Amino acid sequence: MCLAVPMRLIERRDEFSGLVEAEGVQREVSLMLHPEAQVGDWLLIHAGYAIGGIDEEEARIALELLRQVADAEVPQ
Amino acid sequence: MRADGYGDPAAVRGLVRQIRRAAERLPRAVTFMEVCGTHTHAISAAGLRRLLPEQVRLISGPGCPVCVTPVGYVDTAEALARRPGTLVCTFGDLMRVPSSSGSLEQVQAERGSVRVVYSPRDAVALARLSPDLTVVFLGVGFETTVPTVAAALAEAEASGVKNFLVLSGHKVMPPPLRALAADPQVRLDGLLCPGHVSVIIGARAYSFLPEEFGLGCAVVGFTPTDVLRGVLELVEQVVAGRPAVANLYGRVVSAEGNRTAWAVVERFFEPADAVWRGLGPIPGSGLELRPRWEGRDARALGVSVGPPVEPRGCRCGDVLKGVIDPPACPLFATACDPSQPVGACMVSSEGTCAAWYRHERLAAGAGRA
Amino acid sequence: MRKPGRILLGHGGGGRLTQELIAQLFLPAFDNPALAPLTDSALLPELPPGRPAFTTDAFVVDPPVFPGGDLGYLAVCGTVNDLAVAGARPLWLSLALILEEGLEMELLQRFVEGARRAAGEAGVAIVAGDTKVVPRGKGDLAYAVTAGVGVVPLGRELGDALIQPGDAVLISGSLGEHGAAIMAARHGLAGPALSSDVAPVSGLVEALLGSGAAVRTMHDPTRGGVATTCNEVARRCGLRMVLEEEALPVTGGVGSVCRVLGLDPLYVACEGRVLAWVAGEDADRALAALRGHPLGAGAARIGRVEEGGGGMAPVVLHTRYGTRRPLDLLAGVELPRIC
Repeated sequence: MCLAVPMRLIERRDEFSGLVEAEGVQREVSLMLHPEAQVGDWLLIHAGYAIGGIDEEEARIALELLRQVADAEVPQ
Repeated sequence: MRADGYGDPAAVRGLVRQIRRAAERLPRAVTFMEVCGTHTHAISAAGLRRLLPEQVRLISGPGCPVCVTPVGYVDTAEALARRPGTLVCTFGDLMRVPSSSGSLEQVQAERGSVRVVYSPRDAVALARLSPDLTVVFLGVGFETTVPTVAAALAEAEASGVKNFLVLSGHKVMPPPLRALAADPQVRLDGLLCPGHVSVIIGARAYSFLPEEFGLGCAVVGFTPTDVLRGVLELVEQVVAGRPAVANLYGRVVSAEGNRTAWAVVERFFEPADAVWRGLGPIPGSGLELRPRWEGRDARALGVSVGPPVEPRGCRCGDVLKGVIDPPACPLFATACDPSQPVGACMVSSEGTCAAWYRHERLAAGAGRA
Repeated sequence: MRKPGRILLGHGGGGRLTQELIAQLFLPAFDNPALAPLTDSALLPELPPGRPAFTTDAFVVDPPVFPGGDLGYLAVCGTVNDLAVAGARPLWLSLALILEEGLEMELLQRFVEGARRAAGEAGVAIVAGDTKVVPRGKGDLAYAVTAGVGVVPLGRELGDALIQPGDAVLISGSLGEHGAAIMAARHGLAGPALSSDVAPVSGLVEALLGSGAAVRTMHDPTRGGVATTCNEVARRCGLRMVLEEEALPVTGGVGSVCRVLGLDPLYVACEGRVLAWVAGEDADRALAALRGHPLGAGAARIGRVEEGGGGMAPVVLHTRYGTRRPLDLLAGVELPRIC
């Protein structure tokens, strides 16, 4: 019910459409549900729509926290 | 296939260690429930249950939209697909759901009138290309998906595509959560909240659970570390006796959610009572097209179906509430298995019973925590 | 008279239109001594020494032209590869086409050119063919049906029954590229690196078999992908396949397509890969041989064989988290999902 993937907005096409990309794969999606998207933003894409943006600072903090957890582990 | 930071095995090991340490201080064994088919899938794919300590049990609730879609809805969808001049468009998830007499997959074989699409926009495009066809989109899914269907309706309105209709089977999450929390048969110690539903409705939507029921919640994403951070949080909440809503998916979830998206939903849909396969009717848990959109409501096409045939002996309701484990159902692995699913929990590959059935076959195997 | 731009029913009728099609399109493309006389049956030279191998296949693909290939190229590669993984040197193919009335001639030319190119790369001759035309609306543009003959050289023994516990499971390159390219094309996803892996693998197979490694058996993981092929093999030989998640080669593009559409790369078709079971101690030698061939640059060891039974699933994934989960047969085809 919640299959959504992060993809980066690389082009706005018209008022409500844009081109997003992840790992070289591109798709046109609708921005109607997240019209404030700017080119360069990472967006959460579900069923051909951007349903929200990804806060890069929050993501950075989350990954940093995980890296600390990982570093405390003895490698297997 | 290398994982990114959110899937890092060392981080997973570290979180598991933290969960085990925290769980030592638990006053009793605890049961946490996730209510999202995508969570069920992610947990199965990584085998996360096997990593948790014995006193922490993770179960799946009614979070799979495929599983909770009532038989009557699928019967209506099939009847629409048999209606002359009609093309039914659907997400792939619904194609093999058993109805009273077959499935959409079988109707496609019979009539060629069912098309799987990745996005509701694709269905609008099909409607635009074939103005002589009545295109009906099967609107299933929770709050993550409803806005996309509403947006497709908005697009159809704006561009004059009159032959795009929706058969709404949409449901919303807070009412069943309230029903579960209030159900004396259900003994839960915490809830993993669906991360992407939460993008739309906001983390604040779950406040009633700790406030009214003392049930702690963790809003989490779908990577293994996201799920484990949620489990850790719920364990710590139980140990501290302080249930709360913890938003652990702040990179996409805010307190208030996506208001723009919900405004589009409210333009086209209104709350309604809905039937949940296996659970029965839950008031206010569904969404219907508003009366002014009758012209886009597939129910107005007036196809008739007989009374739905519900499987006898099926205990999906109890499984979905976490009251029993799948093997306790008399049909499990006898009359009901993934190749011939009878009830809701076996229908989707990520339903509780289907997931249990597949993992039973590793009973003697390695990988236990 | 102007040449028709589309296939007409007459092209399948055996009369002048059919003759023109053969003479102007098929014969020049597939030019070889066995085909040229255009007799009812191709008369072939003697088979080289060894066991004859024979296979048949049918191809229908939507879209019929996709990044990396087309129906014609796919059809020839598919049959060449079935022969190659059986240990046979592919020799002669037949190609029958069922075309839908109205098919654009340019598209047919594309298929024929694809078939010609694949045959050239594989060193095989298309020695027999047929064309039928069905009325518009009764066919999906074009179907191709092929059959192929090859020879397994004397002394070469391969088969699933030879697999033993301790054997290594190898793949010649990254997973799911063909299926991902097709699904991407169908659902509006595009990307420069998204391309089918379709290719004739006979040369790659000979490199592997010539390495001296003890190769038990080989398969091409087409529809249903690596997981499905492993299930078939495991059921046939009664042993268990354990695949290592961290070792599976998946490109970024394929991973992205699968994430967007909710697919699992283990179940997505390849059309230019070899799955090989080799003696455990020969795995490195086999990998070196594969990697030395242009089509095998991404070869990897992805799993091992264990004793079967014990109530466990025949194919199991060892996840990067140290847990195991079964890789079952799919109920049907993989569909894009939202859940």
